[in-house]
Amino acid sequence: MATDYVIAKQVSKHFGHQQVLNQIDLTLPAGMIYGLIGPSGAGKTTLIKSILGMEAVDSGTVKVMDTVMPNRAVMAQVGYMAQSDALYETLTARENLTLFGQLMSVPKIKLAQMIDYVAGLVDLTSQLDKRVSGYSGGMKRRLSLAIALIQDPQLLILDEPTVGIDPELRQQIWTELNKLKDTGKSMLVTTHVMDEAERCDYLMLIRHGIALAEGTPAALKQQYAVDTIEQVFLKAGRMQDANDGNR
Amino acid sequence: MRTMAIVRRVFKQMLRDKRTLALMFLAPLLIMTLMYFLFQNNTTQVASLGVHHVDQSVVNVIDTKNVTIHHYDSSQARKMIKQHDLDGYLTQKNGQLTITYSNSNPTNTSLIKASLQSGLVKLKMKTLVTVTKKQRAALESQQAALKKLTAAQTQATVTKLKTAIAQAQARGDQATAEKLQKQLKQATATTSSSTQSAKATSYTTKSHYIYGSSDSTFFESFLPAFLGFFVFFFVFLISGVSLLNERTTGTLSRLLATPIRRSEIIMGYLIGYGGFAIIQTVLTVVFTITVFKIHLVGSIWLVFLTNLLLALVALTLGIFISTFANSEFQMIQFIPLIVVPQIFFAGLVPVDGMASWLQAIAHIMPLYYGANALTAVVTKGAGLGDIGVNLLILVGFMVVLTMLNIVGMKRYRKV
Ligand SMILES: Nc1ncnc2c1ncn2[C@@H]1O[C@H](COP(=O)(O)OP(=O)(O)OP(=O)(O)O)[C@@H](O)[C@H]1O
Ligand SMILES: [Mg+2]
Repeated sequence: MATDYVIAKQVSKHFGHQQVLNQIDLTLPAGMIYGLIGPSGAGKTTLIKSILGMEAVDSGTVKVMDTVMPNRAVMAQVGYMAQSDALYETLTARENLTLFGQLMSVPKIKLAQMIDYVAGLVDLTSQLDKRVSGYSGGMKRRLSLAIALIQDPQLLILDEPTVGIDPELRQQIWTELNKLKDTGKSMLVTTHVMDEAERCDYLMLIRHGIALAEGTPAALKQQYAVDTIEQVFLKAGRMQDANDGNR
Repeated sequence: MRTMAIVRRVFKQMLRDKRTLALMFLAPLLIMTLMYFLFQNNTTQVASLGVHHVDQSVVNVIDTKNVTIHHYDSSQARKMIKQHDLDGYLTQKNGQLTITYSNSNPTNTSLIKASLQSGLVKLKMKTLVTVTKKQRAALESQQAALKKLTAAQTQATVTKLKTAIAQAQARGDQATAEKLQKQLKQATATTSSSTQSAKATSYTTKSHYIYGSSDSTFFESFLPAFLGFFVFFFVFLISGVSLLNERTTGTLSRLLATPIRRSEIIMGYLIGYGGFAIIQTVLTVVFTITVFKIHLVGSIWLVFLTNLLLALVALTLGIFISTFANSEFQMIQFIPLIVVPQIFFAGLVPVDGMASWLQAIAHIMPLYYGANALTAVVTKGAGLGDIGVNLLILVGFMVVLTMLNIVGMKRYRKV
């Protein structure tokens, strides 16, 4: 189906004796913000990397843009922001953006234009020619987000994009993400911030590598009979622990 | 296109890192200068040698600027060495020379050894030369007679041919005239070549002299090996550490989240750091030739080519080794393991004289091939044909390591 950007089926993965992903199914259609929530060490980053083909899975299949992953060419259509900033510190922000733009095969004329656009988006326009080594943590995070957007991709995979970013700018970024969504783009976002989770169209709660619950935020709240996503998170966790204890 | 993006990035990063640039370009010059003066001083060191009852002709040839002779009246070498703080003691009984070394300073021991050996060679040579001179005189008179004869003969042929040509031309027979002209040329050519061969004979006779008195310094003979070593060492270190950084900061796996090929990353590294290696090589080679007046027998381009290949091997090796290190400190730990042993097989110790298992080790060391080729070009004027095999082996090292690196990056992306 052309309208599903990501289709992951029965993805399992282990590190050593630890089962990090346990038969996860995930479908991301066009025009949706998909949120991945779950405690630290739940396997969110591992799932994202498996979807990108950067991590080999034990079993299961992943298709991105109707292409079985891993696939090199599909990478050009995916904007990726890693959990930890991977930037060339001795280069300026503009040079970092240029490098990744070139790697993503952005045409030269369009590149300058895109750099201006994404820099404006993350409020770095005035700092573009400063070296990254002189950036604050939040500035680096914003630059990473700008890099993910540089080739104007249809699919954005963002691993905790707003960590270290102030509330005002966070609002701005989410507004922008919603605008992008309205143009038919999709986003897969992990977050530990529950009000961000509320803003997603669809959520998946992962714990110990298991997809505990999924649905729209409203449906989840109804299912667990609570008022907030935070309470869903906590209640689902308690129920899983109780289940494990019973076994 | 993507490769060039990586190359541009490598260049920008290097140019901004002034310390690393200085290390790469100035450190070799500094070390070379230091070595130059160190080994210069070595040759002015003087050893003291006591002699007792030794033929004056022998003493004369041993008495060089590196050895001072003291005459003593005792045949007890041990006692005299201790008493007068000598480095050696030479005695003679009939035709038998006996030398005792103090050996408290190995350098002085070898100075005496060298003086004694070259002195004895000189003595032998002198007798030989007198004999050769006589032979040569005889030979020369013979040759002169022969030359006269050939010259007279050629003269006769030439005049004969010239008249024939004139006649032919007068007749208007152009074909015959040309044919005769050719013969004329041949006749004159023979004379000139016979003079040449006469010159060559006298040159060989003299070259014995040159060899005997030749005193090429330690510095000169090991310079080519060091040229190769510097390039190898610095390129290994810099490329290894920089790829390691790329791995530990996560930029490598970030790069692999773009459509770039793994081979494009490696190629970008090869071209980027290879460029700096070329600059380093040109700088060190030109510096040593102009400042130290080192005589380069072979082609400077072959020196550059060999060094470039060595640099590329070092580059791929550095990248390869960096995958086994988790920090810069661990990368440094590989230097005594991987880089330093190579210098021993680069010509400092003659490999032919090593135990066979050591020789086997030499043959897996890239620097062995590189330094051998460099030494051959610089000191013996070897051409591409002579060092071709060595260069091919270096290319082989590079290709294998590059493949390993490309495969090794599968850890970060499966395609
Ligand atoms: N390379 C690895 N080797 C061994 N174990 C790993 C590796 N990467 C991740 N893990 C383990 O897999 C589990 C899931 O890690 P993952 O990074 O996916 O968690 P996460 O949900 O992203 O957590 P966080 O919210 O803290 O980012 C963790 O327990 C971690 O210890
Ligand atoms: Mg994570």
